[in-house]
Order: sequence, then C-alpha cells, then structure tokens
Amino acid sequence: MNGTVSHPLALVAEITHRCPLHCVYCSNPLKLSGRVRELSTSAWSRVLGEAGKLGVLQVDFTGGEPLARPDLVGLVRAARSAGLYASLITSGTPLDEKRLDELVKAGLDHLQLSFQGAREEIADEIAGTKAHAQKLRVAEWVKRRRIALTLNFVIHRRNLERLEEMVELTKAIAPSRVEFAHVQYYGWAFANREALLPTRGQLDRSLEILKRAEEELRGRIRVEYVVPDYYAKYPKACMGGWGRKIMLITPAGEALPCHAAKVIPGLTFENVEARPLREIWEDSGAFRKFRGEEWMQEPCRTCDRRAQDFGGCRCQALLLAGDAAATDPVCSLSPQRPRVDAILTEVNAAPLAPASSKIEWLYRTNPA
Amino acid sequence: MTQDPNSRPRLAPGCRLNEKTQQPRVLLMPERALRLNGPSLEIVERCDGKHTVQQIISDLQRIYSRAEPERVEKDILGYLDLLKNERALEFE
Repeated sequence: MNGTVSHPLALVAEITHRCPLHCVYCSNPLKLSGRVRELSTSAWSRVLGEAGKLGVLQVDFTGGEPLARPDLVGLVRAARSAGLYASLITSGTPLDEKRLDELVKAGLDHLQLSFQGAREEIADEIAGTKAHAQKLRVAEWVKRRRIALTLNFVIHRRNLERLEEMVELTKAIAPSRVEFAHVQYYGWAFANREALLPTRGQLDRSLEILKRAEEELRGRIRVEYVVPDYYAKYPKACMGGWGRKIMLITPAGEALPCHAAKVIPGLTFENVEARPLREIWEDSGAFRKFRGEEWMQEPCRTCDRRAQDFGGCRCQALLLAGDAAATDPVCSLSPQRPRVDAILTEVNAAPLAPASSKIEWLYRTNPA
Repeated sequence: MTQDPNSRPRLAPGCRLNEKTQQPRVLLMPERALRLNGPSLEIVERCDGKHTVQQIISDLQRIYSRAEPERVEKDILGYLDLLKNERALEFE
C-alpha cells in the first residue's frame, strides 16, 4: 500500500466563490457557495493555526476571487502567524496599491496573477468583463515590492495563436515565475470544452514555443507549463495523489481532497468547524476513499506506473467514464480511452474559429 | 556554470526559510518547497546578501573539514546553480 504523508503539505483555502470575473474556463463547481455560507474570519484563523501545527508548509488563498473578502489582510497575517508561506491566487481585482501594501506588510510571500491573454480584447472576452488593464497595473505594483510574482496565462484553443505575444509580455514584465496552463476540464471548462480544447497542431506548436522560452529564460524566470492531459499518453498524478499532499477547504468549510471532488457521488465531506483538521485528514471517509491501492481497478491495480500517477484523476474518471474508481480515461491503457479519442477527433475536425467570430460561451455566474 | 566568487547571493523575493522552530527546515518558494539538511541548510542560511560565494565555500570547508575541499567547493557551486535555476537566488 502507498504510504500516505502524515499531514498535508499545502492547504488550498477557497475563501469565497464570489468573483468579479466570469472566466469561461473556471474550474469552480457549476453550483457555487453563496456569501451567507462563508466561513468567518475567526474560523479561518483557527483553521490556519491548526494547519501550521499540523506541519502544513504553504497556503494558497484562492476562490472565486480572494480579494472579494474584506478580511483578506487579516487572513494573510493569520497565515504567517501560523508559520505558513502565504500565496494569493488572484485576478488582481479589486485591488489598489494601498491594499497591496497592507497585504505585503501582513506578510504575503507571493502573488499569482491570472492572465486571460496578451491582448485586452481576447482577454476581456474570456473573462467576461474588463479586467486586463488592471492586471497590467497590478503586475507593475507587485514588481516594485519584495514579494514573488507569478503570471498565470490560461491557454486554450481561442488564444493559443497568440502564445508568442504572451511570452513577450512575460519578458516585459519579468516576474519571478510564469505558468502557461492549458485549461483542465472541470467545472465551467468542462461545459465549454469544445470551444477550449486545442487542436493537435496548436498543442504541438505551443510546446515548441514554451520549451524554447523555458530554455531562454532559465535562471531569470521560472517557466512552467501543464499540458492538457487529453493529449497525453499517461494521466497526471492529480494533486500528487488523492489525500496525499493537499487539502482544499471550500468557502463553507468543507474539506476536500481536490476542487472537483464534489462531482463524485457517495462521498461525505466533513466540515472544519465540526472536526479538527488532523482528524479530517487522517480519518474522514472522503480522504480515505482513494488512498492506497485497494480501490484500484485494472489496469491500474497491477500497473508499473501506479505509484507514479496513482491512476490519474478520480474526478475526470467520473466525468468521462461515469466511475470515479476507474482508470483515468486519458490514460492510453484505459479501456475508456476511445471516449477521449472521440472528443479529440471532433475537436480536430472542427475548423478554428476566426479571431473575429463570436463564440457562444457559457460564462461563469456569481453565487447568489 | 561558475559563480563569481566575490558575488553575494541572497534569497530572491518570496523565497525564504521557514521558522527556526519548524522542523524539518525548508526553503519555501512559489508552489515549491525544498527540504534542507546539513550542508544545504548551511548554504542557504549564508545566502543573506552579505556572504560572498568564496566565504560560503570557506565556511563549509571548515565545517566539513573531513571532506575534500575541492569536493565541497564543487558541491556548493552546483547547489547555488540549482537554486539559481529555481529562481531562488539573486546575486549582488
């Protein structure tokens, strides 16, 4: 049986589902948590304290849009008091320099800023609102302060033609790190996947460009990229394995092994207000469900790679094969791989929509 | 890749050690953590913008006096290179 890490290494603190953007690729669930159900400041502070004592190293404040919470500065302070490295995963809205200074003073270590494109028009189309200009401002403000800056470009069929421009924008801003993240198909992204999945040609070209950028920028900017696993031969080791390294907490306080886990039927998620973090990690049904190897089906059960990729993503197995215990269908060894191939055949047969054309996106809504 | 022996490495913004009271000691960075022990911890603690590369080498050669000095130097330069590629160091 795989040994589990005795405590999570990272906490993903989804502090709200509210967000001023409506990104068509958002991985939040289609059913969002309303404001009235959000955990209080003191509840989050207590949870962060527990996480620190447990040995968690880092917390990512995310959402929705974490800046939508007026108590964010206090939460960052609480994270640092708890001994955690504090990252803010954000769209950069709403933010001014004064608030940024407060965040830095409270001990924020790192700000990861999303970009929906290199140019305002496409970026604002994807975000469903004017957001791009503010992001450029925020990047400059962060550069003038001593915290780490990551640019996160979400890339897909609709903006991949302009990948080189995104690389140029990255060089101009010169962050500590840049992530070129091909969309992963959960939540709203799953709903919009036909318009988002790149063609094989687009993907291959993007990998060439990114490999070159990585080599060129080594030592100056840390370049990372994630490939859409639909096009991979083997699945990703999702979250570093179910319940192995990461705990996510939703705005209402439910502890999840990953952001999509609620799509899996039959799991009960415990609330951090009802039970200590340590106990939830070690003992809750949801966290134990896909730990170890007993739950695995063939071919995973006897596969040489099972300790490496853990059979891929449970949520994706559920979404694509209807069975959360199945081999992730993106795996070339999965009997369900033909389902993925069928999607790719369609996606590659459809012509690329010209830049000027209007896509009927399903835009992310705000919670009630 | 060699570093200028007179340059002074320091941890880049958003890269820092966890607290002295926390075990294990870890170098924390955006979405990454490097576990440190013995020599790697000694090196990172000296990446403070004050120690030159040469001073770090000399210090560690003294601390690890049983090891071959050339080996210590090679390992330190290799480790500094690794940290530089992780974008964890600035050189003054």
